[in-house]
Amino acid sequence: MRWWDLQRNSNHTTIVTIEKVIDETPTVRTLVFSDSVMPNVLPGQFAMVWIPGINELPMSVMISQESGKAAFTVRKHGLASTGLFNIASGGKIGIRGPYGNAFDIKSGKLLLVGGGTGLVPMMRLLTFLKPTDDVTVLIGAKSKNEVFFESLANDLLKNNVHNVIVSTDDGSYGENGFVTDVVEKLVNESHFDAVYTCGPEKMMYKTVQSAHSRGIFVQASLERMMKCGVGICGSCCVGEDLACKDGTIFDGNHLSKNKEFGYSHRNKAGIPENY
Amino acid sequence: MEPSLTTSIGGIQLDRPTMLASGILGISLDVFNRLYRAGAGAVVTKSLSREPWEGYPNPTIFSVNGGGWINAVGLSNPGAPNFAKMIESNQDVPIVVSLVGSVPDDFKMMIEEFKNCNVTAFELNLSCPHVAKVGLEVGDDPELVKKIVTTVKNSTNVPAIAKVGLGTTNYLNTVKTAIESGIDAITAINTVRAMAIDVETQRPILSNKFGGLSGTPIKPIALRCVYEISSKYDIPIIGCGGISTWEDAIEFFLAGASAIQIGSAIGDNWINVFNDINTGILQYMKQKNYSTVNEMVGLAKKF
Repeated sequence: MRWWDLQRNSNHTTIVTIEKVIDETPTVRTLVFSDSVMPNVLPGQFAMVWIPGINELPMSVMISQESGKAAFTVRKHGLASTGLFNIASGGKIGIRGPYGNAFDIKSGKLLLVGGGTGLVPMMRLLTFLKPTDDVTVLIGAKSKNEVFFESLANDLLKNNVHNVIVSTDDGSYGENGFVTDVVEKLVNESHFDAVYTCGPEKMMYKTVQSAHSRGIFVQASLERMMKCGVGICGSCCVGEDLACKDGTIFDGNHLSKNKEFGYSHRNKAGIPENY
Repeated sequence: MEPSLTTSIGGIQLDRPTMLASGILGISLDVFNRLYRAGAGAVVTKSLSREPWEGYPNPTIFSVNGGGWINAVGLSNPGAPNFAKMIESNQDVPIVVSLVGSVPDDFKMMIEEFKNCNVTAFELNLSCPHVAKVGLEVGDDPELVKKIVTTVKNSTNVPAIAKVGLGTTNYLNTVKTAIESGIDAITAINTVRAMAIDVETQRPILSNKFGGLSGTPIKPIALRCVYEISSKYDIPIIGCGGISTWEDAIEFFLAGASAIQIGSAIGDNWINVFNDINTGILQYMKQKNYSTVNEMVGLAKKF
């Protein structure tokens, strides 16, 4: 640890160097860096990531298999995420945080449902589970070439009773159909003690419904447009909740009362837009 | 007798003197309701423009080591027509609608949008330090201030507040012009133009390069301004700038403010800050035997 890390202000941007870039799919990359804070954050917490000259983005903190290292897994999509995607090994980014709350870690028979880069907090969550937990990981993707983290999930769960299921919308790999249909089937067939989900909002909405309607403890990590990350700007409001400060993780009880979850998010001007 | 937190500012009656400052959390009626329940006496909305504005790209906010924030959000807002619809159902919350524009007609048109809304006051943003053609660029032009305030006063019976800041001209001239044009109250001050540079990458951090400094570093400056305005003019004042504790709030009352606004402190202490400050003010009033906030206003000026 360097002396200045001892008094690090979590809101202040710290510059880190990308040490390794892993291509997960043609459009998804994991960028690994060394840091004193980010490797130890709780599952579900995020950082604000500055891509110098381009933008700043909220990113869930990804694990690294190497100690003292953390990562971000990004899908190139808009200007900002493409900017991050294109940072090569040796490139520099700024990070501040960690921000947000974390998943409540339950034990027993657990179901983790992730879509796309929503798998990132699921992977960190796996590292916090006990060897006695019986864990099912459900990975949703549009098609085979968009599937990633399947072997990582199996590897992280090698000491657990576990099942990693992939479901593709076009049936090109794993189960054929929407991941939410698989969720419905799983919670119908067997008893789960807790369900965790992160990914596209419609996917989370249905997953929360499937679990909550059966009385199963469920938590979802919400994504919203963020500017400050610290509860000042209000950009990330979801009803009366602020994703950055009250979340990003909310439980099924809370979400079932929120009028905006599953229906609308706000654009950069703060105007609600339907999903 | 239990002291009362009620206060009156230029025809605006509030149950509590702690208002949410403009630009903070202000785009959803649900959030306004929550802030009101958390102890805010009123909420000031984000500054609204005639059209929706997306604001600047991130980074839009920077945390200053040692305290305070520099922001250049760029006045992102849904636009007055959209926003008026969003708050149409408001019944309980005292909402102060902040407006930003370049010409008197902008303000007139926007005020018209809110005719069916329960609005406690309009606050004219004459002092945003990081967007061209509005804010400080308007506040620094006395002729324009005169026209805007006159137009606003002719457009509505709802009280109007001018929010001033430190631009390139003497802000006291803006205050004087606004008062002469019939403004009901003054909010002082806005954020102060500032910047931050990252030493590793050697580039300005905010996408707009310049932003506005808020939080504890500007509190002594804001306090000085409130004291100056209150010493020079007979106008109700709302103190704003770096207030994060009840002691800060009392200082502003003693300098001449009848109410205060809280913004950056929410980034550090979250929304409990309203209740914390209200409780502290009440305890101080009990200890000093004041029954109303008004009894404290401007006491420091007698020395």
